Amino acid sequence: MSAPDCIVRAARLNGRVVDLYVADGKVLEVRETGGISATNPDPAPAACTEIDATGLVLLPSLVDAHAHLREPGHEYKETIASGLDAAAHGGFGTVMAMANTAPVNDEAAITDFMLAQARRAAPHGPRLRPIGALTKGLQGRELAPMAELARAGCVAFSNDGAPVTDSGLFRRALEYSSDLGLRVIDHCEDPGLADGGVMHEGALSGRLGLKGQPSTAEAVQVARDVLLSLQLRIPVHVAHVSCRESVELIAWAKQRGAPVTAEVTPHHLVFDETAMRDYDADAKVNPPLRTADDREALRQALRDGTIDMLATDHAPHAAHEKEVPVDEAPFGVSGLDTALSLTWSLVADGVLDEAAFVRAWVSAPGAAFSLAVNAFKPGDPADFLLLDPAATWTVTPQAMRSKGKNTLCRGRTLPGVLRYHYLAGRPLVAPEPGPARGR
Amino acid sequence: MEKTIGSKWRHKDLLDVSQLDRDEALHILDTAARFQEINTRPVKKVPTLKGKSVVLFFAEPSTRTKTSFDMAGKRLSADTFSLATSSSSLVKGESLKDTVLTLQAMNPDAIVIRHSMSGAARFVADRVRCSVLNGGDGRHAHPTQALLDAYTLRHEWGDLEGRTVLILGDIAHSRVARSNVLLLNLLGARVRLCGPRTLLPAGVATWPVEVFSRLKEAVRGVDAVMCLRLQLERQHAGLLPSLREYSDEYGLGARHMELANPDAKILHPGPVNRGVEISSELADCADSLILDQVASGVAVRMAALFLLITRKGENAQ
Repeated sequence: MSAPDCIVRAARLNGRVVDLYVADGKVLEVRETGGISATNPDPAPAACTEIDATGLVLLPSLVDAHAHLREPGHEYKETIASGLDAAAHGGFGTVMAMANTAPVNDEAAITDFMLAQARRAAPHGPRLRPIGALTKGLQGRELAPMAELARAGCVAFSNDGAPVTDSGLFRRALEYSSDLGLRVIDHCEDPGLADGGVMHEGALSGRLGLKGQPSTAEAVQVARDVLLSLQLRIPVHVAHVSCRESVELIAWAKQRGAPVTAEVTPHHLVFDETAMRDYDADAKVNPPLRTADDREALRQALRDGTIDMLATDHAPHAAHEKEVPVDEAPFGVSGLDTALSLTWSLVADGVLDEAAFVRAWVSAPGAAFSLAVNAFKPGDPADFLLLDPAATWTVTPQAMRSKGKNTLCRGRTLPGVLRYHYLAGRPLVAPEPGPARGR
Repeated sequence: MEKTIGSKWRHKDLLDVSQLDRDEALHILDTAARFQEINTRPVKKVPTLKGKSVVLFFAEPSTRTKTSFDMAGKRLSADTFSLATSSSSLVKGESLKDTVLTLQAMNPDAIVIRHSMSGAARFVADRVRCSVLNGGDGRHAHPTQALLDAYTLRHEWGDLEGRTVLILGDIAHSRVARSNVLLLNLLGARVRLCGPRTLLPAGVATWPVEVFSRLKEAVRGVDAVMCLRLQLERQHAGLLPSLREYSDEYGLGARHMELANPDAKILHPGPVNRGVEISSELADCADSLILDQVASGVAVRMAALFLLITRKGENAQ
């Protein structure tokens, strides 16, 4: 066994107090703190980084299975560099980038470009994992060259932002991608039912005079997808579930053994439609924030595993694009900076336990998209966070590293400050002037 | 007298009826009643708002509301300035924010805004120091229309308490209906709504109204019917099969008014599609208050401009 080159001491790992030993970018061992004795010697050699993590929570690096990094094409909103910087400081070691760039990521050249930009901007991570387009140009008419995209490094396929209305084509896309062993991520929305709605359809939209989109607009496509998954026995991943109806359809399909997975965003777990009460364009997201009852159904579904994972749907926009009347504003919130704290607040409030938090942010996306993640077993990648659960920070445009400052958390004080983020044993985030070296 | 009234007013803006309590709504109507007298004088002008400037920012076509605000301002001696859609920089791609900041830089005392998007009036009010009057924002609100409707009915009845008013037609897309539901309730009237399901707003069951799908039932025993303009594009949006069918089912005719209370009044915010939402005879009949509404509009807008601009006792006569 190699000697450790980094030791994290006295960190809290899901209720235990442990020391983490790292060597060559991998987890060597996790031991109960204080277990050092003559019969159990401390294996730390002289030249080794040591981190005193007393009072800090040790977590694996998070995976974001759904982010819009806007490059190529919309660099004024976000670049791969700024998005990965926000990810690093937001606790994400892996970011899956959606294909609705300009041009669309529907050929290997675009995937290659994205990966090259990521290597330039963040050679030591976070890791960019592109999602290829499901159909050419996201037009919903012809299949994208999925095998080519997979070879170039795409880890999933999606038409996110431009739902596929042709169910026959969608079926073929599921079948074709299954040959490649990669999952389709579906943004479920029936455009006819959504009908250009800018918020959840209900009493509030009626009163505000804003056009609503009903929960049914999402649920009918969730129904289609889970039925196809059940019939074909092919995995399908439902993106950003927003309503109780979808949760119940997913639960129904899972009970029958359909290989369905699903995600929910932090904003759908924390906020509801009332965020739109004062015509706040930052609350305009797609799918929309729904009722308090829907939010409760999403929380319960994440706890019981009906919804497998969290994902940010990070959708950065320029300030001037959101400072307009609601009808004119683009959909989406910027999420990479705030997701960790926002969801940690759910742990702090007892909505989620720490094990469910880790499952939702790490092991579930790792399993669904075949990504190497850290389960703190020997040989796992040494991708970890040290979070100060007692500290808080206030969300301001200056405190956010994403170029997109469009957040519903503006001015909010959130719990949980990221002190360290290591990826493959290297520090991405560490307190200035850097962690103490040697002993 | 007016000095006292103005100094008591607490709102910078008039964005929706929902911001008003009953006393404030009545106060606007009472103030309008005093201003109405000016409109019947040979010289229809008082110096109350002399030296004040009012921008009429109409980012959506409008004739009557704009003219009404213009006349209201001028009769109080305010200088009014129009910024219409065709001449506005909005058509040159300027954002609403920039247009508004530009207007603010010219330091007007009030901005009247009409805009096609719900929430636009609030958006403007949040970004300027001067008063903002909502002249209609999308489907959301049209408070001066509701106030002039209430003024007109109050003039007929003395009090709205216990009266029943039916609002008929395209409720879903109507800011007039939304503001009227709020104000009529505030003033103690009972409100009924009637229209095809495709033109009723989401969540209407939570509104303080009774909803009817058949006009014959809706109109029974009402004291007034307020018809709404049917935007002809609703047919193309797939919300209606045809105007003919709409007119057959929901167009107000003399046969309906026989079921209403005797002397029941007819209102319409205009412009009227004769033969679609209302028959031509009814629009012109003795119980039609359509032109009274127009006259009330000037007085109500004089009151609103006066109360907002002279609040905190600033420059009252």
